[in-house]
Amino acid sequence: MSTPAKVAPASSSVGEGAPALLLAEFNAPSEVLHAAKALREAGYTHFDTHSPFPIHGMDEAMGLGDSKLGLIVFPIGLLGGTLAFTMIHWMNNIDYPIIIGGKPASVASLPSMIPVMFELTVLLSAFATVFGMLHLNKLPRHHHPIFNSDRFASFSNDKFFVSVEATDPKWSAEKTRNLLEAAHAHHIELVYDDEEGGEDLDEAPLGSPSTSPGKVHA
Amino acid sequence: MSSWNLPIKEIGETPLVGDGTTFRSITETVCRVTENKAPRAWWVAFLIAVNFTGIMTLAIGYLFWTGVGVWGNNAPVYWAWDITNFVWWIGIGHAGTLISAVLFLFRQKWRTAINRFAEAMTIFAVICALVFPGIHVGRAWYAYYMLPLPNEMAIWPNFKSPLIWDIFAVSTYFTVSTMFWLVGLIPDLATLRDRATNKYRRMIYGALSLGWRGSNRHWQNYERAYLILAALSTPLVLSVHSVVSFDFATSLLPGWHTTILPPYFVAGAVFSGFAMVMTLMLVTRAVYGMRSLVLMKHLELMNKIILVTGSLVGYAYAMEFFIAWYSGNEYERFLFVENRLQGPMAWAYWIMISCNVLSPQVFWFKKCRTSIPVMFVVSILVNIGMWFERFVIIVTSLYRDFLPSSWGTFRPTLVDIFTYAGTLGLFFTAFLLFIRWIPMIAIAEVKGVLPEADPHFGEGAESHGHRETFHEPIAAEAE
Repeated sequence: MSTPAKVAPASSSVGEGAPALLLAEFNAPSEVLHAAKALREAGYTHFDTHSPFPIHGMDEAMGLGDSKLGLIVFPIGLLGGTLAFTMIHWMNNIDYPIIIGGKPASVASLPSMIPVMFELTVLLSAFATVFGMLHLNKLPRHHHPIFNSDRFASFSNDKFFVSVEATDPKWSAEKTRNLLEAAHAHHIELVYDDEEGGEDLDEAPLGSPSTSPGKVHA
Repeated sequence: MSSWNLPIKEIGETPLVGDGTTFRSITETVCRVTENKAPRAWWVAFLIAVNFTGIMTLAIGYLFWTGVGVWGNNAPVYWAWDITNFVWWIGIGHAGTLISAVLFLFRQKWRTAINRFAEAMTIFAVICALVFPGIHVGRAWYAYYMLPLPNEMAIWPNFKSPLIWDIFAVSTYFTVSTMFWLVGLIPDLATLRDRATNKYRRMIYGALSLGWRGSNRHWQNYERAYLILAALSTPLVLSVHSVVSFDFATSLLPGWHTTILPPYFVAGAVFSGFAMVMTLMLVTRAVYGMRSLVLMKHLELMNKIILVTGSLVGYAYAMEFFIAWYSGNEYERFLFVENRLQGPMAWAYWIMISCNVLSPQVFWFKKCRTSIPVMFVVSILVNIGMWFERFVIIVTSLYRDFLPSSWGTFRPTLVDIFTYAGTLGLFFTAFLLFIRWIPMIAIAEVKGVLPEADPHFGEGAESHGHRETFHEPIAAEAE
């Protein structure tokens, strides 16, 4: 992929209200991967990359740890199996014991409980996976300042973006822009928050200066 | 052999998509189907399918009004087309899960071209299957007895019965497949949202895509969710058809009481499902011009799977006969030899053998594997053969009971035929709506297997990075 020629990137600003994030546009996965590395090395924490598909190696480049999803799914899956066992045991062995085919109304009939226990383990695990994923990603979320950018719509087509949120402790409209320019972004824009937006971005982590330049006001 | 870092030409691999495919062209090709006006052929097919769905509704209404006597089921053939259709539809669904989950776990990246399609087919096939257990119980308004709900008789379902396992297996399968499909759709619906030019499309696709913004922090959890769902669906899909086969295998009836039934049913399910994917794929690929995304190579690989599973099914048929003879059980032998191989229903058996075992054997030849007319005909034959397989298992095990006084036969009534044809209508109605409104190919996944999706793309000869290609030695390529 060729990087754009050494011209000052085109830039614009979008929206009204407080600046929410700086959005840099790239043409290829390798460029956005390098930009993410550069941001991470410069100490940024509130930044993200946006791509039409997951990019191999991006988690390491951004310094993300492992996904926590498994920790949600595993206990809920166990709960599913336990619930199924308890339900069958209570219904068929305690509340209304039925002896079928000479198989006792007791835990000794465990083999016949396995299919339903298995199915409910899978069912609850699947629910935990889907809703756990949405929970970790804080989705659905139809309102986000990044959508104020018109160019951002091409993230789902063939463009790649880096967004640095104004809540980042290292955020500075000037320095961050310079950093992204050095990473060969071919378009950089400052995206503002909506007036009616409400609490749009996550709070800065503890210990960060509370009056960082681009602090978002509700 | 570690061939991943060699240039494509040297190891004789071909890319997973056609020449000149770019991120943008994938978006265009797939999205324009939902954005342009539907072709006339779509409307014709849709109207026919909706009509058949209407016929099904009438047939089921008549059944509810009058009773199951309107079907051809009789003593001794208590189960007939109802359960045949149920098992057939469930089996067709299995290919979707195999493609989306099992091939995913085996890192078969070529699946990206067909997985959306096949998963949609799974869901619609399971919907059609679920029609039958609900309506075959006679008094359908008591169907809720199948669920462990408190009721006025203060009794609970018998959890030692495979029919109850079936309820749990099939409904779990439907729920999990639907969630898997919807999760896979999120990024692609976002693509449609971002391309939307009118307010309603933006609102509807916007709501459905949950505010997806392609964030890598999201992709990370998303990919993990996809992996977990695939890992859950793989044993699930094996369990579902195994449990369906338990409905038969745990009975004492010769012909049903067979230990080979679970793996045999699973192989048959994958076999029939791939055939159905193939039938539908060939038509849509031609109508919507998806030839750059669904290559001949994909079709050839699917034909190989059809050949393998068809032969597995053939092995199972042979093994049933072997056991009937080897067990020395005269009732088994009577059933298999007198009632299936010969006897008044033998025609069904021979249709099954010629469609399922013989017809896929043409795929040993590359010329047949890569010929569209041949694979279309074979896929239809396999669909017919697999329907007859279930018919043979159910009806030929029942129609001549073990006292000549309880010998009978089975003849479908018009209501049987209308109900079955109607579920085909229901299936195609859902399917046509799907290809009209939802990206029929997984846009994000296909983009991820393009060579330029690799961040090391074009970084010099010694590190060609991780390319997604068909893995195949040069020799096969040169044929």
